[in-house]
Amino acid sequence: MTSSRHTAQFTLRHLRALWRQPAYIMMTLAQPLIWLLLFSQLFSRVAQIPGFGSGSYLTYLVPGLVVMTALMSAGWSGMTFIEDIDRGVMDRLLVSPVWRGSLNIGLLVQGACITVVQSAVLVGIAVLMGARFGGGVAGLAAMVGVAMLLGGAFSALSNGFALVARQRESLIGMVTMLTLPLTFLSSVFMQPAFLPAWIRNVSRYNPVNWAAEAARATTQANPDWTSAGAHAVLLLAVLLGCMMLATLSFRTYQRSM
Amino acid sequence: MTSTSDRSAAIDVSDLVKRYGDKVIALDGVSLEVTAGSVFALLGPNGAGKSTAIRILTTLARPDSGTVSVGGLDAVAHPDAVRRIIGVVGQKHGSDPQATGRENLVLQGVIQGLHGAELHRRVDALLEQLGIGHAADRVVRTWSGGMSRRLDIAMAMVHRPEVLFLDEPTTGLDPEARAEVWSQVRRLTAERTVSILLTTHYMEEADEFSDEVAILDRGRIVATGSPDFLKRQLRGDALRLEFRSDVSADELKGALRRVEGLGDINVSGRWVRARVSDGAAIAPATLAALDGAGLAVASVTISRPSLADVYLRHTGNEFASTEPPQLIAAAI
Repeated sequence: MTSSRHTAQFTLRHLRALWRQPAYIMMTLAQPLIWLLLFSQLFSRVAQIPGFGSGSYLTYLVPGLVVMTALMSAGWSGMTFIEDIDRGVMDRLLVSPVWRGSLNIGLLVQGACITVVQSAVLVGIAVLMGARFGGGVAGLAAMVGVAMLLGGAFSALSNGFALVARQRESLIGMVTMLTLPLTFLSSVFMQPAFLPAWIRNVSRYNPVNWAAEAARATTQANPDWTSAGAHAVLLLAVLLGCMMLATLSFRTYQRSM
Repeated sequence: MTSTSDRSAAIDVSDLVKRYGDKVIALDGVSLEVTAGSVFALLGPNGAGKSTAIRILTTLARPDSGTVSVGGLDAVAHPDAVRRIIGVVGQKHGSDPQATGRENLVLQGVIQGLHGAELHRRVDALLEQLGIGHAADRVVRTWSGGMSRRLDIAMAMVHRPEVLFLDEPTTGLDPEARAEVWSQVRRLTAERTVSILLTTHYMEEADEFSDEVAILDRGRIVATGSPDFLKRQLRGDALRLEFRSDVSADELKGALRRVEGLGDINVSGRWVRARVSDGAAIAPATLAALDGAGLAVASVTISRPSLADVYLRHTGNEFASTEPPQLIAAAI
């Protein structure tokens, strides 16, 4: 009861902050839109290679881009913690009986809302460009859900890292060091069958790839709910693990005081 | 050190030690006791360990050894219980600048266990009491420094804490905002329902507001007592001499060798501070001796000892921001 009241307050805090600066969502959209326009053109003929499967590269690409966008914007989640630390907000909260988990969950919910808006924009533009998705609204919703799980996990990781590193530069380094390699070591841009063997092997253990596979599975012509479900369960486990790590990071932060 | 815990103590700390790494000892066996309902000022130069002490007392950090009891609760073993009965105004602003004053206060109320109609009544009352009601629904980013400091106090008080920590509550504020903050603190202390531990850089604030003072230097408490007690301990008046040019300590001590009742001579450039048993009687003899030695005095001031003198005596540091001493006599 107490923990849910605390969580509601932090969720409200971060949603209000988002509402007061909608430009933030637009900024995090710029990059994926460029990817969408650029890559769908650049690789449009990849889909014509025998064995690619999907009819259009654009349709293949969008679920992966939705996942990648969620990942990238979730990475910046820890910035809010660093700002809170710099401003004294974090210390004020930590000397109160606040449920530590609510500080994380509030930001995770904010991230989930950002993912909904970003996914809607990406899908909308892709449809205008001619992409066609199977699985209907349920398939698209499941795709967004999977992106949220991945984003949530990365957001928690970012928060935990922020508490330990406490510096913007370190967080920027961590995010850039992880997001692009994780994305390229997956099937976001390329059919698994066409990936070099070593990348295909690595991608099996890559949560970004799990999310991309699941997102494509629910939006392809013949949705594969079993595969999507299995991947979603794995992602949920990663999310819970990252949330626990983030909560433990509060102790590391306080121990350094 | 007595081992029996005093029930009337709001804060009871003994033998607190905190190290950072192998070399830095921030607190080196600090013990102090704050009587319930009183105001206690912790003074000391930067790096003396004040912030570390506050961080431990407010459960943010843990001591390496020693016991900490706040409101009768063990702060090391039961930090969450202590967090329910303390309010903290930190050195930095603790409010979220993107949120309104009311939103900040509501969030703080909820995490301190308030909800429903009671929460909103309390928030409205505090906004009114601290004179920030008119700005309550504007984001704090647009507030003045003094106003957001008052919001910090409101947030610290939202759950009616038993013990309030004020860590340099007026640093960085203009004189008007400082006065506003202190009028709020004065109101709190008049009610005597809350015990206050404060740190400040302004000696006259500590002198006016605190029942008891402890001076911390290099991780140890070097003096403790009421401001009056500490000032009386100095026995005598403060003598301040200004010369026309820099003087050396040797030269000066040679000249003043014969003057009786003069001690604690402290030379800094053209300025000399000393302690005299009876200012009015010794000043003429001092001036005569200096004149005889050919040292040209520009001005002399004799004043009752202030808390700043106490501080100087115990730490060897002069507070930069003290107000001019109360003038008793001026010659030349």
